[in-house]
Amino acid sequence: MLRTHYRLERKSVLFALAIVVVASIGGIIEIAPLFTIGGTVETDPDMRVYTPLELAGRNIYIREGCYACHSQMIRTLQDEVERYGHYSLAVESKYDHPMLWGSKRTGPDLARVGGKYSDHWHTEHLNNPRDVVPQSVMPAYSWLLRDELKVSDLSAHLKAQRAVGVPYTDDMIANAPADAVAQASPDDDTEGLTKRYGKATQIRDFDGNKQSVSEMDALVAYLQILGKLSGAAHAPQAAQKTAGN
Amino acid sequence: MVSGLTINERQGAIVILVLLAVIGTVMAAAAGRTGDPMSVHGFIVLLFSLAVLAAVFWGYYTPAPDEGRLKSYYDDPSKAGIILAMIWAVIGMFVGDWVAWLLAYPDLTFDAAWSSFGRLRPVHTTGVIFGFGGNALIATSFHVMQRTSRARMPDQLSPWFVLIGYNLFCILAVSGYLLGITQSREYAEPEWYADIWLVIVWVTYLVLYLRTLARRKEPHIYVANWYYLAFILVVAMLHIVNNLAVPVSYAGAKSYSLFSGVQDAMTEWWYGHNAVAFFLTAGFLAMLYYYLPKRAERPIYSYRMSIVGFWGITFFYMWAGSHHLHYTALPQWVQTLGMTFSAMLLIPSWIAAANALLTLNGAWHKVRDDATLRFMMMAAVFYGLTTFEGSFMAIRPVNSLSHYTDWTIGHVHAGALGWVALITFGSIYALVPWLWKRERMYSLKLVEAHFWLALAGTLVYVFAMWNSGVIQGLMWRTYNESGTLAYSFVDSMIAMHPYYITRAIGGLLFLAGALIGCYNIWMTIRRPAPVAESARGDAPLPAALQPAE
Repeated sequence: MLRTHYRLERKSVLFALAIVVVASIGGIIEIAPLFTIGGTVETDPDMRVYTPLELAGRNIYIREGCYACHSQMIRTLQDEVERYGHYSLAVESKYDHPMLWGSKRTGPDLARVGGKYSDHWHTEHLNNPRDVVPQSVMPAYSWLLRDELKVSDLSAHLKAQRAVGVPYTDDMIANAPADAVAQASPDDDTEGLTKRYGKATQIRDFDGNKQSVSEMDALVAYLQILGKLSGAAHAPQAAQKTAGN
Repeated sequence: MVSGLTINERQGAIVILVLLAVIGTVMAAAAGRTGDPMSVHGFIVLLFSLAVLAAVFWGYYTPAPDEGRLKSYYDDPSKAGIILAMIWAVIGMFVGDWVAWLLAYPDLTFDAAWSSFGRLRPVHTTGVIFGFGGNALIATSFHVMQRTSRARMPDQLSPWFVLIGYNLFCILAVSGYLLGITQSREYAEPEWYADIWLVIVWVTYLVLYLRTLARRKEPHIYVANWYYLAFILVVAMLHIVNNLAVPVSYAGAKSYSLFSGVQDAMTEWWYGHNAVAFFLTAGFLAMLYYYLPKRAERPIYSYRMSIVGFWGITFFYMWAGSHHLHYTALPQWVQTLGMTFSAMLLIPSWIAAANALLTLNGAWHKVRDDATLRFMMMAAVFYGLTTFEGSFMAIRPVNSLSHYTDWTIGHVHAGALGWVALITFGSIYALVPWLWKRERMYSLKLVEAHFWLALAGTLVYVFAMWNSGVIQGLMWRTYNESGTLAYSFVDSMIAMHPYYITRAIGGLLFLAGALIGCYNIWMTIRRPAPVAESARGDAPLPAALQPAE
């Protein structure tokens, strides 16, 4: 053994190759099967995709680094399920490129925050967290109300999402900017939007300002959909399937 | 600096820099049309290449180096790398302490997007890991590979390309976060074009390393080089796979990762944990395996332990990433594999730590008297402690308490401050007098002061985070007598406040030590009175440093 190594360490390229081989094994065995084993991700034929406005909100969530303090992954522990709701299923982040499971809870988990608070609460909270939670250590994101949402490039965003596997249709891609505006403008014509994304689409003036579609509109729309893209967590057989994993 | 390059290399540098300036202009122009933040990066690339170009022109007509240079090692890039590492250390640690205070006093921000915690936090992590750590690794690897191979680097241009190109990557990374350009992948936040640039730089680094090894006059490759090689090779592998993404537009910064959900999480933590393994461990173990025996003037304790430790770390670490995903939607078989290998990882880790500490047998009086050697010894101790803690925290039930809490932050900083930063400071204090041909550091008292500040800062920091982490974890899972959760999330947050202040003070102590280090290094470089040409560091390696026969 030592003699073999004694010879190996005289050959630099061979040594380098040995490192690559030895270091590759673990990753290959743990990652490759995740793409092929059927039960890894539960199936949900009714799984929704993010609307353009929600996707834009998600990108703001990423841009501001929210994931540094908020997880989106409820573990299978009793206290977590009681605090945050049903534990997270793999299928629920199936369309999340990238996933935002997070690694730290300086603030609470957000996997099922959708619908827990009102739009008004979210807007006030993001504008200045200490207005609604005096002890909060979260930064204030007041510029979200001031900055208008950029919608012109949303078609390109949906197209890139489709390229990595999210089932956006041509129709969705073509109408992305209009759909984003429509979702935050309940008084306008929203028929096309609900036709494309389903009746459950939340169409509201999220930030309370009807004049424009702000970044706040997008972020609140995203937060309000968290945990609601898939009903799999509440379907009995899905829960069983994960429990058996 | 330019005077060390041959005329051909100076011309090569100009070609590369002009090309880079053109790329910067194209980026700025293309992204500028749509108002994408990538245009700012275009300008940064342009200005950066013009600044370096100016430096090349400034020195262009200095006489070319003669053939005599080939008889000595080429150390200019190492010198620059050490200075850059110290600059990044101050930036990264300052931002780190700043965000630590933000958690205690959240209104210390300026109502501006760039100054919020979420954007500053990756500036801290990238600044210290890639800025400070990466520059220190590149600088020391250039120094070590030449000495242990008894060969000069094959040319003068590629080491500069690696060092300067790498720093351009770091600048793009941290400026990107402030602008809101991020992939949100922890420790791999930079967007697609910065990632591609890093691949180019990194491949050049690997080729340079292999070319130097190919010129070696020592038949055997010394153990420090195994670790540097593993660091370069595996980081390349991790970086490429984890950053696979589709850009929304080639004229914009945003991209979407190729993987989603559970596969993406596994890939990210396979990367994240092995960035710890091969960036923050393998590379710094290479430093430990060279500078500690050199400074102690003792041979490495055991050749056999070096081999077992090295291959154990290289093999076991790659399985351990899934322990970041216990009790999540990741299939349990992967979690179990991750936990099992994390526990086994303790063996090669402790072998490496023990090999370092046993090397000090017979030199413990030096550890007492020499703060530089004490930095390295303490680093090995923290390495042992942190790897034990890591294996412990990877056990599922333990992880159920520790995960998502400050305990993780404490663990990371025990490693980053106690192990990575201490071994780096120790190596730099050993290396600076050798490289600049000084008898010793400007002030040994200041090295001593730095040591105690660094140690005190680390301990204050880590104890604060252990406390807050465990309290947090317990409060989240405590039930009252009627069977409902006893504490709201806000309750647990309020309980953190004193620890957040304590942590920020610990960080401040550590930062103060680093500033003293900068001053001391600067005064050492500025001080005249160079010693004779055969400085201690360049003496032929003692035979005992070669692998035992």
